[in-house]
Amino acid sequence: MPAERPNYILLPVRISTITISFFCALLLNFLPWRSVALVPDFVALVLVFWCVRHPRLIGLGVAWCLGLMMDAGNGVLLGQHALTYSLLAFVSMSLSRRILWFGWLQQSLHVAALLIAAQAMQVLIRLVAGGQFPGWSLLVGPILAALTWPVLTWVLLAPQRRPAEIDETRPI
Amino acid sequence: MEHTPPPFFRRGPAPLVRLAFFASLSIALLIADARFKYVDSVRTVLALIAFPLQQAAAAPEQLLRRLGSYFVSQSALSDEVASLRKQLVENAQNAQRLDATTAELAQLRRLVGAQQRLGYQSTPIEVLYAGRDAFSRKVIVDKGSLRGLVPGQAVIDENGVVGQLTRVYPMVAEVTLLTDKEQAIPVQVVRNGLRAVAFGAGNSGMLELRFLAANAEIEPGDRIVTSGIDGTYPAGLPVATVSRIDRDAAAAFARILCQPAAGIEHSRYLLALAAEGRAPDYPEETTPAGEKKSRGKQKRKREARDAG
Repeated sequence: MPAERPNYILLPVRISTITISFFCALLLNFLPWRSVALVPDFVALVLVFWCVRHPRLIGLGVAWCLGLMMDAGNGVLLGQHALTYSLLAFVSMSLSRRILWFGWLQQSLHVAALLIAAQAMQVLIRLVAGGQFPGWSLLVGPILAALTWPVLTWVLLAPQRRPAEIDETRPI
Repeated sequence: MEHTPPPFFRRGPAPLVRLAFFASLSIALLIADARFKYVDSVRTVLALIAFPLQQAAAAPEQLLRRLGSYFVSQSALSDEVASLRKQLVENAQNAQRLDATTAELAQLRRLVGAQQRLGYQSTPIEVLYAGRDAFSRKVIVDKGSLRGLVPGQAVIDENGVVGQLTRVYPMVAEVTLLTDKEQAIPVQVVRNGLRAVAFGAGNSGMLELRFLAANAEIEPGDRIVTSGIDGTYPAGLPVATVSRIDRDAAAAFARILCQPAAGIEHSRYLLALAAEGRAPDYPEETTPAGEKKSRGKQKRKREARDAG
């Protein structure tokens, strides 16, 4: 069903792949970036990816725990990322069949919409908590993240691709 | 959502129920954190879990910097040594003068019976990374309560005040920078001793002196230092230079913007200052009856005394 050309039959995903990808995303988010508004939220991106690909493996619990880690690591309000990530995971899980039907460009557009909505959710939480609107540059991060979606898909699906060369000595 | 399975496939609670559960849990946490500050212990545990990740994320940059400093050229090194020597001589001269002046000041204060100034000890800290939050100005530094840091300490760099330790975990700590919208610091104009409170001006990276009358005696170029009357910041640390003043006759207060003295957004090595003694407590408010009136009077009296 996924509109990949050529159509690969993917191996079943390994839990270790998912764990390592989340670990790397957290690491990327904790890197000492110069301006935080312009850098994509890698954890949200990887979360959307796995929720779209395997909605039955990744649950809201995982999303919530990741959000809590982000909250504590960055010293923001506890629960801000947790709430956003659970909502994000829920919406991407319910949209997963729809998104997988499209080609990579349309998929990126879907992801951009999802991530912008998540960013808006965070802004809303902070405004309610008494923050000041930091400016429209906040939109750059989600859009950049959506642009990396095809690359991300290729990288994260690489461990699941069957080797192309056929083993002649195989009995079946 | 319309793909809900038939009831004979057991998949646990429905997604919407789970969402409601986690969302309400998050909102409860948010309210507990924002309103009541109940969740600091949870935060400490989570910060301990996140610590190895933070260290790992900071490692590549440190490695790069070390590599860069390894391959630095001979001439650059000798230039740096020369400039540092020059600076050392200048600093030594200043330090000698400072010693003499401090002794003299202590003697004078003893003569007039004023409180002795507190001594301060410092802990060097290094910035690990900036908090990933566009709404506030915070950095995470590499030492915590295990190395003796406590919340409330002033943080400076080589040019002036950078901020204040607001949360301290066992291994790391969080510094709120002066440019944060919610960070305030009591200051004084060097030229005439005018006292004020400087607030962060948010995204512009500037400071703002609020609540100064439109005709306050202050001009662009005035240097601003900590006043030290709060007992948290040592007195006399450079904070900022006044860069722009809008005196609007219609508004009660002048709008005064200042350029911070320290490299607030880009300093890497910082010092956390801790007072060695304890500042004297504020005088108790003694009159329970007619409290409001007397408190107002006391405040006015205190202000008058401060101004005098």
